[in-house]
Amino acid sequence: MPTYEMSAPLSDADARKLRSGDVVFLNGIIYTARDAAHKKLNDLLDEGKELPIDLKGAVIYYVGPSPAQPGYVIGSAGPTTSYRMDAFAPRLHSLGAKASIGKGIRNEAVKKALKDYGGVYFGATGGAGALLSACIKEAEVVAFPEMGPEALRRLRVERLPLLVINDSVGGELYVQADLKAVGLA
Amino acid sequence: MRTVSIKDVIKAVRDVCIHANRYQPADVKKCLKEGGAKEDSPTAKEVFRQIAENIDLAESTGLPLCQDTGLAVFFVEIGQDVYVDGNLTEGINEGVRQGYGEGFLRKSACDPFTRKNTGDNTPAVIHYDIVPGDKLRIAFMAKGGGAENMSRVTMLAPAEGWEGVKKFVLTRVSEARSNPCPPILIGVGLGGTFEHSAKLAKLALMRKVDDVNSDPDLAAKEKELLALVNKLNIGPMGLGGKQTALALKIMKSPCHIASLPLAVNIQCHSSRHEEVEL
Repeated sequence: MPTYEMSAPLSDADARKLRSGDVVFLNGIIYTARDAAHKKLNDLLDEGKELPIDLKGAVIYYVGPSPAQPGYVIGSAGPTTSYRMDAFAPRLHSLGAKASIGKGIRNEAVKKALKDYGGVYFGATGGAGALLSACIKEAEVVAFPEMGPEALRRLRVERLPLLVINDSVGGELYVQADLKAVGLA
Repeated sequence: MRTVSIKDVIKAVRDVCIHANRYQPADVKKCLKEGGAKEDSPTAKEVFRQIAENIDLAESTGLPLCQDTGLAVFFVEIGQDVYVDGNLTEGINEGVRQGYGEGFLRKSACDPFTRKNTGDNTPAVIHYDIVPGDKLRIAFMAKGGGAENMSRVTMLAPAEGWEGVKKFVLTRVSEARSNPCPPILIGVGLGGTFEHSAKLAKLALMRKVDDVNSDPDLAAKEKELLALVNKLNIGPMGLGGKQTALALKIMKSPCHIASLPLAVNIQCHSSRHEEVEL
């Protein structure tokens, strides 16, 4: 399968060339946000206020890390389930965000936003939080510290192992359950 | 009466919270380490490789296996000849507070509406049972949100029977797809009342992957339904493969003549649970 090493923020060209099934090792700057931070970002946009991060080319990692032990920049840091951010993702893509990282299926509105704005949805291996943590070299809370594990963090990552699940041309990597095989279709 | 010190309870709970979040139970670990060899697709093999490496890393670094270190769920069996010299519920919660704090585990408990984090992962969800004897058994499960969200309770009509149970479980797993971090473990609770079926389903997740149900009929049903689940080809992380579930365990209890309560509790591959006896 095609394998790329890419840098975040992600360029439009990079995002558009990726296809479902491609392996990407991601370097650079990404942001963490999950349920509470997404709601807050959305509220700020509704109120016409400035966001605490630059969305241009942004890669948003759906993660609420565990606390850092002494000597570590961050704790365990694997993906959370993405569908809970489906309500917010299209708006962020429309404002320049290029990619999200999570696990689990996305709805049609998110897949359409990936096509409309040239975005990509990456999957990381759920339950591999210690493994993925090792790719995070710097971590800093940049907004919403009161949210604790849900705070918005800026991460510098090196060779974060990702798989392209949904691409900008409608590709999908997750399989549909084979209902015929069990007599349910 | 045998006296159990509340200080010992606090220490045991603290330690079990930390240990269970770093070390997979041996039976689950074996399945995950051997899982890759059973798959054909390189993608499925790679998922198992990453999971296996993650297990080794958690053990060597002390990082939790998953950043979602769960709500703290306990099944506590209190021998009727045991006297605990303090407030047991408070003691368990204090153990959680210490374990999640000192173990650098994530605090995931929050208010349902304000979403304000309670800050120390309490209150724990504690199920008590009074049993014969003079021992205190505390079984802990770190229950992550992603797989819990994919779980359901339903009230079948009695006439739907085993076929209805199978259909509901297969439909649930099919709809959940990649969301609960497959390969999953499935706890099926049958009978009792609405809430009792859910408790049975969670208890079923405490059983070992390789145990065989002492009820031969249930043992056969577990085997049949697990095989069907694994025909769905959802596979590791929903990317296709032979192992959608590592285990499926059923627990049942008599129910009302009008009802067939059914609960499906889904657990992610990081099935973290551990028991201590005091």
